[in-house]
Amino acid sequence: MAKDLVNLLADLKEDEVIAIVRERLGKNEDPMKILNEASRGMEIVGKRFADSRYFIPDLVYSGEILKRINELVKPKLTGGGEVKKVGKVIIGTVAGDIHDIGKDIVVFMLDVSGFEVNDLGIDVPVQKFVDAIKETDAPIVGMSGFLTLAFDSMKQTVDAIKEAGLREKVKVMIGGGQITDEVVKYTGADAFGKDAMAGVALARKWTGTK
Amino acid sequence: MEKKWEEMTSDERQEALFQKWISPEGVTFASPEAEKSYKEKATRIKDAIQMKKQPDRVPIFVLPSFYPVYYSGITPQDAMYDYDKNNAAFKKFVIDFAPDGNLGAAVPGPGKFFEIMDYKLYSWPGHGVSPNVSYQANEGEYMMADEYDDLIEDPSNFFYKTYLPRVFGALEFWQQLPTVTGIVEMYGVAGNFVPFGLPPMQAALKALMQAGEEALKWGGAMGAWGGEMMAAGYPTIVAGFTKAPFDVIGDTLRGTRGLMVDMYRQPDKVIKAMDVLTPIMIKMGVGAALSSGNPFIFMPLHKGADGFLNEEQYKKFYWPTFKKVMMGLIEQGVVPFPAAEGGYNTRLEIVRDLPKGKTLWLCDKMDMAKAKKTLGQVACIAGNMSSALLNLGTKQQVIDSTKKLLDDCAKGGGYIMSNGSFFDEAQAENVHAMVDFTREYGVYK
Repeated sequence: MAKDLVNLLADLKEDEVIAIVRERLGKNEDPMKILNEASRGMEIVGKRFADSRYFIPDLVYSGEILKRINELVKPKLTGGGEVKKVGKVIIGTVAGDIHDIGKDIVVFMLDVSGFEVNDLGIDVPVQKFVDAIKETDAPIVGMSGFLTLAFDSMKQTVDAIKEAGLREKVKVMIGGGQITDEVVKYTGADAFGKDAMAGVALARKWTGTK
Repeated sequence: MEKKWEEMTSDERQEALFQKWISPEGVTFASPEAEKSYKEKATRIKDAIQMKKQPDRVPIFVLPSFYPVYYSGITPQDAMYDYDKNNAAFKKFVIDFAPDGNLGAAVPGPGKFFEIMDYKLYSWPGHGVSPNVSYQANEGEYMMADEYDDLIEDPSNFFYKTYLPRVFGALEFWQQLPTVTGIVEMYGVAGNFVPFGLPPMQAALKALMQAGEEALKWGGAMGAWGGEMMAAGYPTIVAGFTKAPFDVIGDTLRGTRGLMVDMYRQPDKVIKAMDVLTPIMIKMGVGAALSSGNPFIFMPLHKGADGFLNEEQYKKFYWPTFKKVMMGLIEQGVVPFPAAEGGYNTRLEIVRDLPKGKTLWLCDKMDMAKAKKTLGQVACIAGNMSSALLNLGTKQQVIDSTKKLLDDCAKGGGYIMSNGSFFDEAQAENVHAMVDFTREYGVYK
């Protein structure tokens, strides 16, 4: 029986995963098929994280294994075969704040949950969020911040979205170490997620996905 | 005759260090009231930590990051580049809120020093982040995945020749430093010094001299501030700091991502490296405490928080060397002061495996009632007023939250009222509310 790429990746068996990918590429298998299985494996990783069976190191490591798979598969890709996404999310750490660990976990979880994530990075100026909404038409904006000063940057960003006449078009979620309901009220966001799973749940709710 | 340090038990050492702190040598108090007030505050904190006797009331900490800077209307950039302004801000903060313990004025640090050295591990106001915000860490791989053996074999040599050139632009050429343990015999000795004759090394040494002068100036300003505040009746509760070895690797050397992947790909090396770092971290903390006559050694905890590791990973990778470092400090009478940043609820049952009355824990996103029943049975716990509430809540909300904390945690001693995470911004009214309410409601009867 052929070894199961999906489950081996989900179980974080790096060496076996890489061996299988090499072997299957050697047999000229369709690289898209391998990538699809890899993304199913990552979906299981995300589920286990949501169930508290996996923790941050497991996520990070699965990401590393996926990176290696992509490096092997990429040269064989002929283009086409885009994976269908369930919704778009813009995300970034707000102006003045350069923390990224929490944000990156949310990006990861949204990605494995089928969302198309436009990650604006860290210390993101207010206008960049506004421009990204205009360019991508994404219905969801996620703002991350670790410092208390991020509360003001979040508020300014929400205000700018309002002024640009885009507030009705997007739902705004915020997150970060010191975020509470008071901060949601203060910033004018719609909700906060206490962790990455809560962020995914909000995105699902707002896009009507299961 | 006084017992020699080597002959004392760890209990006696702790008591001796506390006495040194409570009755500091060489301090001339501003007034008899200031002296009385200093001793009352310090004794209150000592009683809460030792858990032998109930203090007169719950001690109060206000532990800011850049809050004093904003509070007194200067910018973080001002604070990092003008030590007088910085000290005035922290003085105003301490006098206005009058906490029982304060962290000193060293949080902002010397901007010019970082500039001369071209420090990469952090961005600071005007260098990588705006002048109006605090400095923030730039995590990265300052040690590569294949360099564990270099660290394990000779940590000092690794820091000199590999780590320092990567985190200080001014020391880039230090990669060419000789390995000093190679200097053993007449023959060949001079060859080791050839790099010091080269222009880039001489430029690095000049930068070091300038940086040293700046550090001295800053250190002098901090020392003067501490002396002045002690004389005015305000004890400082940090003599220095050390870290859990897992965080040294995660924060300083490999970055979170690097370390987490290493836990899978080369777990034995990670553990060996932590073993090597353990005595170094103990020495660092003990040295700072004994030389300053202040028992508290701060330990910011990062990568072992809830969610960062599962229980098995925490027990395998984080806890053993973290505990060893704490026990090494305790042995010398030093009080480890870990700050459990983020959540630490899933660790409570593990970390309570400590001798009673020896540690002080700052709790951030903690279920404090649960903490009191677990860790709180053997250790003094402090916290965890929310930074968000101090910043955005109403005065009444802060009072309610303070009351709940006191109701949950104060009973029997072993508790210190404090904010839970180091904060930049808050409403002064709210900070006062936390302090004032505790002063009344927190009195033990």
